[in-house]
Amino acid sequence: MNSVIFQVAARVLLPVMLLLSVVFLLRGHNEPGGGFIGGLVAASGYILYALAVNLPESRRLLHVHPRTLISTGLLIAILSGVPALLVDQPFMKGKWIEVTIAGFEGVKFGTPFVFDVGVYLVVLGVTLLMAFTLEERYQ
Amino acid sequence: MLIALPVLIPMLGAALCLLFWGRSRPQAVLALASTASMLAASVWILFGVRDGTILTLNFGGWQAPFGITFVADLFGAIMVTLGAIVGLAVMAFSVGASDRLRASSGHYPLSLTLLAAVSGAFLTGDLFNLYVWFELMLLSSFVLLTLGGERGQLEGAIKYVTLNLLSSMLFLMAIGLIYGTVGTLNMADLARRIDDLQDPKLATLLATLLLVSFGIKAGAFPFFFWLPASYHTPPPAVSALFSGLLTKVGVYAIIRVLSLIFDQEWSLLGDVVLVVAGLTMVTGVLGAIVQNDMRRILSFHIVSQIGYMLMGLGIAIGLVGSLGASSPIAVLAMSGAVFYIFHHIIVKANLFLISGAVLITTGSTNLKEVNGLAKSHPFLSMLFLISSMSLAGIPILSGFWAKFVLVRGGLEAGSYTIVLVSLAVSLLTLYSMTKIWTQVFWGEPDDLKSPPLDRRTKAWVYSPIAGMCVLTICIGIGAESSARLALDAAEQLLDSSRYIDAVFDGASAQIGDAP
Repeated sequence: MNSVIFQVAARVLLPVMLLLSVVFLLRGHNEPGGGFIGGLVAASGYILYALAVNLPESRRLLHVHPRTLISTGLLIAILSGVPALLVDQPFMKGKWIEVTIAGFEGVKFGTPFVFDVGVYLVVLGVTLLMAFTLEERYQ
Repeated sequence: MLIALPVLIPMLGAALCLLFWGRSRPQAVLALASTASMLAASVWILFGVRDGTILTLNFGGWQAPFGITFVADLFGAIMVTLGAIVGLAVMAFSVGASDRLRASSGHYPLSLTLLAAVSGAFLTGDLFNLYVWFELMLLSSFVLLTLGGERGQLEGAIKYVTLNLLSSMLFLMAIGLIYGTVGTLNMADLARRIDDLQDPKLATLLATLLLVSFGIKAGAFPFFFWLPASYHTPPPAVSALFSGLLTKVGVYAIIRVLSLIFDQEWSLLGDVVLVVAGLTMVTGVLGAIVQNDMRRILSFHIVSQIGYMLMGLGIAIGLVGSLGASSPIAVLAMSGAVFYIFHHIIVKANLFLISGAVLITTGSTNLKEVNGLAKSHPFLSMLFLISSMSLAGIPILSGFWAKFVLVRGGLEAGSYTIVLVSLAVSLLTLYSMTKIWTQVFWGEPDDLKSPPLDRRTKAWVYSPIAGMCVLTICIGIGAESSARLALDAAEQLLDSSRYIDAVFDGASAQIGDAP
């Protein structure tokens, strides 16, 4: 598309939407949000960029092939069930540890979050794989 | 943990396969490794439940009516093991028979996903979770069916996906109604609570909805159109995988839901299931007679064979409805259904693999175009003869015993009509197997258009077929122990209290009882 406004807006919006998607991912445990929504928001950022600027540029910004995202996400999601097994509890049982991140003490970090990261990557990968393929045919 | 492995292993394999997109060799190695370890895990489960214990797993530690429960009883464990056997055979066959493009792109990861979904459906103890596995199965099989995008494939796939989506929709409606009226979707919990329903007609409605939706998946009369329209279109490895597993998941779901949840509807549903069984057998076999393509004939025979499994179920639940539970004849008839399923999965998948071998050696599976394979390929012909005679029910092979148990159950129950129908259909099955034999294997060999297979391809294509043939002979020779296994599984199926107790043991039972 040749609209200058759209192109400039998309360049600004992509980083904002990626940041927003991470915010959604992080707050998802107790509040609305989560990996699925985060992944969708991130994917729409890239799709918007592909529409406004062009597809190869958007692919380049993603750095990896969407398919790799799907498989990494699946692996992360499956592996998030494993820590519970190590302490002899049912598969997928949530395990939490408290960590200190950037001076904040007692930040809870757990396997449900790891699972959510997996979901985020799978959703991002699937959506982009479909959208990019369709876009390619269209061009 | 153990009983989640048959789902997790192929899922992990599929995820890893995606990392090797475009390279067929590492994907093939991964697929073989994961199906082999899936088989090992399921045999381990089978040994664990052989003495009648029922293994359960609550995912994430959430107790039974709230979380997702996996339950492995004898029937479920047998089905998972069979799924793994077919999976391993099909993967080995794919190594030899798949074209480079398919093998390096989606074939292996999708087949593994399909296997994971099938085991999930066999193991889950939750109705909604069953729906999720059905959808996963539908999606991966749909892509497998269309991969390559040939004209015939797309035509078959549209029929396939339309009817199966309809089935999913009915299933989802039934789930909604059940959750709205009973308030739970855990199958064991549902089994206890459905008797409290105020309106008995509602239970009948729910049972019918589920029966129709699973009937479509199983390819039962009158919803079988999608099956012969689509099964002959994909590459041979894929149709073998489908023929062995997909419809059987539908049959499994019918058996599981009717035997566990709707046991008060039995006297009513027994006759319905029997009529459906009879019509399924007859239409399937009549459809097969007019066909002139090996794979099409075999597809119609799947439909016909589904009838036999339903026949066992129909006789059993009809009897329990009239005579009360734990009647030995009902157990016998049910064990006939179970035996038939495990004989059928192996033999049917194998026949499809053989038709695939015929396809890649001669370039066609049309009866008129292929001749004289018995002279040019005696080993392949022998393997076909064993499998097809087993399908028709010739003594010593597994099919004979499966039919024997069913017919004996039917005779003792006094359901003479269905027994007569099943024997007639058996004869017609023999007729169409003989038809394939005389036209494809007898006669003078043609000049083969396609080049002869190299040694490596031959080894990968023939070894799974030979292995499955040995298995069908073993089931036939060891009929005593196979029949005992089926009897134990049937007894466990008809006594739903054991399943319920296994899911709600000890403290968790109190949580389940709370309003």
